[in-house]
Amino acid sequence: MITVTDLRKVYRQGDRDVTALDGVSLSVPKGSIHGIIGHSGAGKSTLVRCLTLLDRPTSGSVTIDGRELTAVKDSEIRTARRRIGMVFQHANLMDSRTAAANIAHPLELAGAKKQVIQDKVSDLLRLVGLESFAGAYPAQLSGGQKQRVGIARALASDPDILLCDEPTSALDPGTTDDILDLISDLSHRLGLTVLIITHEMNVVKRICDSVSLLEAGRVAEHGPLNEVASNLGGRLAKALIPLPATPLLPGDSTGPVLELLLTGGNATEPVLSALTRRFDTDVNVLAGSVETLAGQRFGRLRIQLDVHTDMSAVTDYLADQGVAVEVAA
Amino acid sequence: MNFLTELLDNPGITKALPESILETLQMVGISGLVTLLIGLPLGIFLHTSAPGGLRPLPVTNRIVSGVIVNITRSIPFAILMVTLIPLARIITGTSIGPIAACVALSIGTIPFFARLVETALRDVSGGKIDAALVMGSTKMQIVSKVLLPEAMPGLVAALTTTMVTLVGYSAMAGIVGGGGLGRLAYNYGVQRFDSGVMIVTIIVIVAIVQVIQITGDVAARRVDHRSADGGAKRRRRTGSAGAPGAAALDVSVVAPPAGPEQAADHAAADNAAGTADIRR
Repeated sequence: MITVTDLRKVYRQGDRDVTALDGVSLSVPKGSIHGIIGHSGAGKSTLVRCLTLLDRPTSGSVTIDGRELTAVKDSEIRTARRRIGMVFQHANLMDSRTAAANIAHPLELAGAKKQVIQDKVSDLLRLVGLESFAGAYPAQLSGGQKQRVGIARALASDPDILLCDEPTSALDPGTTDDILDLISDLSHRLGLTVLIITHEMNVVKRICDSVSLLEAGRVAEHGPLNEVASNLGGRLAKALIPLPATPLLPGDSTGPVLELLLTGGNATEPVLSALTRRFDTDVNVLAGSVETLAGQRFGRLRIQLDVHTDMSAVTDYLADQGVAVEVAA
Repeated sequence: MNFLTELLDNPGITKALPESILETLQMVGISGLVTLLIGLPLGIFLHTSAPGGLRPLPVTNRIVSGVIVNITRSIPFAILMVTLIPLARIITGTSIGPIAACVALSIGTIPFFARLVETALRDVSGGKIDAALVMGSTKMQIVSKVLLPEAMPGLVAALTTTMVTLVGYSAMAGIVGGGGLGRLAYNYGVQRFDSGVMIVTIIVIVAIVQVIQITGDVAARRVDHRSADGGAKRRRRTGSAGAPGAAALDVSVVAPPAGPEQAADHAAADNAAGTADIRR
């Protein structure tokens, strides 16, 4: 379990202060995967540096399993860091070390015995599916294999938290899915709390249990995946279940345009045909999308109604059916 | 054949040459070792104490980098050598001979090597250092387990370049009392017009440089794991791409063949360190 409370980081740049993190709070329960999504410049990298104590936050605290990480003295910072395993965008493996030696690196630093290191390294290689690559140097591995070594290295010191900074941003789509599945699998098998920082919505969709949207150093939206996806007007919902833009052209019908969000059970029900039958009207579908998030199905539709439709009756009816409705401008 | 038999009877070849080779190797070997022992830590210090480094010490760094290293490097070696004769006498008890020359040779090449070390260390990406820090490394462990091993191919190349430079410097040191091949070539070739001995001497100097360079290249390849084929194709010879006209003035009299190679080495080092070479 990791809790971040009101984390602030102010950098001094020349003679003005730049606030990179402006009161970030989040809480991730043990064994779950939390995504932190944001554009570049939103403060993602600063958050990573504060969580790993590469930078000291200006104020606020980071607590892992009840122990406050931000309170440790400089002399204890190194032991404190071992509680966080970190996976980097470019793996950051040592080119002069083989895969096995890279995984052994944190264990050497912790002063483990040779035999212990050997056993642990072969366990970890098996865990990430690289048994036969123990002696390979990073230059001989593919991007995905390097990232697997990076993950194994991050797990070597038995951390409480796995912190992944853009772990798949340098990988192709197929490899991305493999790596994400590996992270998800490890989290379930080892009861590992995972924090994934990313700018790719696909990462969140595929493996996260909950998500925070970071914007200008603040958490703009956050919550379990199914909750944020159910929030029709929310930006995360728009990003999770995207609809293509459908500008109306001259000559198109001028009927009212509605956006519908169907969640859970009603996402699989024929809501639209029920609507046309009940109100004896025509419905024109402008755009639609269905996504499965956190094991739940979400549908999003943009529809245009006939000009003469009784709008309030339709929206009331849809709301009764448990469909969230928003009248588009 | 007449020329060859004459050479074989020449005491300059039979007696003076082996002795001179030993003296040169002695000078290059001792100064190389001293340069490595002092220049490596100095280079590490230059890198880690720089702003944004592992342990920034801006003021000390500016003093060491700007004053000591740059000033020492901008004094022409011939002048430096003469200036350091009193120091050589204090340290070695004599002002002539190969051992005394080692003092000036070491002081002349330590800053040069330190700059090359600094440049090689700068090539280690910050991401690797961050990764090692997050694993819980101490600063010493970063140096010993990340910076040095990761920069090893560059460090080996830097040492190779430095040793080649030392061969050239030692030839120059020979003329002012250091002995070795430089003095042999000067005494026979310049003062006695015995070009046979001079040519043989030059050939020996070229051979020594070649052996150093090839050994260095092989060693650099062995420690380089940065490409899938072990670096065999990608690594180019250090300092072999020299401008032909850029022969170093300071050694052209005694060891012309070593000139262009050396000039290129200097140029590469100077560009890398971002300083102008005032010697030329």
